[in-house]
Amino acid sequence: MKQFLKTAMHNRSFATGIVITCFIVLMAAVSFIWTPYDVTNLDITAKLKAPYGSHWFGTDHFGRDIFSMIMVGARNSIAVALAAVIIGVGIGVPVGCWAAARGGQLDEVLMRGNDVVFAFPSLLSAAMIAAVFGPGAINAIIAIGIFNIPVFARLSRGAALTLWPRDFIMAARAAGKNKTRITIEHIIPNMANVLIVQATVAFALGIILEAGLAYVGLGTQPPTPSWGKMLNEAQTMMSFAPHMAVIPGLAIVISVLGLNLLGDGLRDVLDPRLSRKRD
Amino acid sequence: MILFLIRKILWAAATLAVASVLVFAALEIVPGDPAQVMLGINATDDAIAALREDLGLNKPALERYFSWIFGLLQGDLGKSYTYSVAVRELVADRITISLPLALLALVMSTAIAIPVGLYAATKRGSIADTTIMAVTQVGYAIPNFWLALLLVYILAIWLQLVPAGGFPGWDGGLVPALKALFLPAVSLALPQAAILSRITRSALLDTMGEDYIRTARAKGLSFRATIWKHALRNTMIPVLTILGLQFAYLLAGTIVIENVFYLPGLGRLIFQAIALRDLIVVESAVMMLVATIILINLVVDLAYLWADPRLRHGRP
Repeated sequence: MKQFLKTAMHNRSFATGIVITCFIVLMAAVSFIWTPYDVTNLDITAKLKAPYGSHWFGTDHFGRDIFSMIMVGARNSIAVALAAVIIGVGIGVPVGCWAAARGGQLDEVLMRGNDVVFAFPSLLSAAMIAAVFGPGAINAIIAIGIFNIPVFARLSRGAALTLWPRDFIMAARAAGKNKTRITIEHIIPNMANVLIVQATVAFALGIILEAGLAYVGLGTQPPTPSWGKMLNEAQTMMSFAPHMAVIPGLAIVISVLGLNLLGDGLRDVLDPRLSRKRD
Repeated sequence: MILFLIRKILWAAATLAVASVLVFAALEIVPGDPAQVMLGINATDDAIAALREDLGLNKPALERYFSWIFGLLQGDLGKSYTYSVAVRELVADRITISLPLALLALVMSTAIAIPVGLYAATKRGSIADTTIMAVTQVGYAIPNFWLALLLVYILAIWLQLVPAGGFPGWDGGLVPALKALFLPAVSLALPQAAILSRITRSALLDTMGEDYIRTARAKGLSFRATIWKHALRNTMIPVLTILGLQFAYLLAGTIVIENVFYLPGLGRLIFQAIALRDLIVVESAVMMLVATIILINLVVDLAYLWADPRLRHGRP
């Protein structure tokens, strides 16, 4: 681990990405115990203030402190995106590994099932789920999670297929291990690198999607602050309070950029062969 | 090649069928009675019973599914409960905004991304390449609806160059309509262009590493001619795949962007229908979007035939 970090920190993408990501996570963590102002505290006398001394990022139309809302919103973005990645990995990887291990018709059927899921962009599934159960953060998690499943299924199937003919897998089979055990003991650990990189990318995309869902009112519901919701509220006030739209947007861009850089960096560090080909 | 075609078309049909079952099933699992959900808690029992009859909810699910499907195939999408008009009219009206918007965005993003990606690949390692890579890195971290808000602020509110939202309709002439779709399309296109240009760049770099490219260069072909005659078509295969996926993403993206610009497209229709709990409209509108995505993926598969001659000669 120490050695890994030493090499990794020499990679510019990784170093920048990890710093940004840690900063966002730290901000979210700190918000549990401290924020400059209480986000449920309405102060109409201080409403729509542009950034100034005691309110670094200004205030919104209810006089709430935008910096505090960004901190609490980070919590929400991270939670939704992370849960969606867990759904994607938790279902997608077993499906992909199973398809690769069994092959034949099962493989074909599972991968075609993936194509069907691909036809449902997360916004559409979220719209449908919201139509049935009503909007909410859980919706967003399910919709983005469903979208993640085929991504991880395809990736892990592809990775597993290249591993199965390898000598060390042959050896394991000769030793009498069954396919499930080989998958758990050898296949998955050997594809962990690709999965980690993809998980980072999916995390970043999850943050954008969550913001989009919250923006159109299908995600996190008020009064819980969320970056997407803040942008929605800012829209009608663009002409006189542009800071309300600029700041949450920047928060999204910076976190996504950080995660993408981290993903790129991880790929370079974990799989130097691949990175040489790409750059 | 014929076999490849038939197989692809059959798969698309099967995917459509499964997708329709999923859409239908999703609305079947509405907790409680759909008629009750649509009418709200204050509805009288009579009104609920009447709506149940109207929607055919008293028939078994299988029968309702098939009558829905046969209706869809004949262009009958059912009747909207809240608008009291045929869903077909609603959808036909709205799709003339959403589809052109998504296509316009796709054309823009491709027109920007492919030249930029190819240029960056041919100038690999130069300052231009590094700059392009940095810009695209930031570009694809930008949510399209935020870009839309910023563009509205700068171009519509501040400089007053374009309308901030709304749609004059196609009847008012092509120019005002396209003008209204311009900013929405740009906001959808730019973040996608960032991804696509990175993919184009790495696809061309991959291709340029192949042996046959070295052979072409060795026989004295110029760098430019090698790219145009040999590398470009092979580069297009991964690019095509992504284009298909991007179209799905753009079409779904219109749902959000229509909200920023107050465009009366399919997305707005879906949201209004959700707010009014008009499940029939949601069901049909979602199915239309999913069907469009599946059809576009079929077109992409067929485009492989052009890009990859191996497919034309039988073996994939």
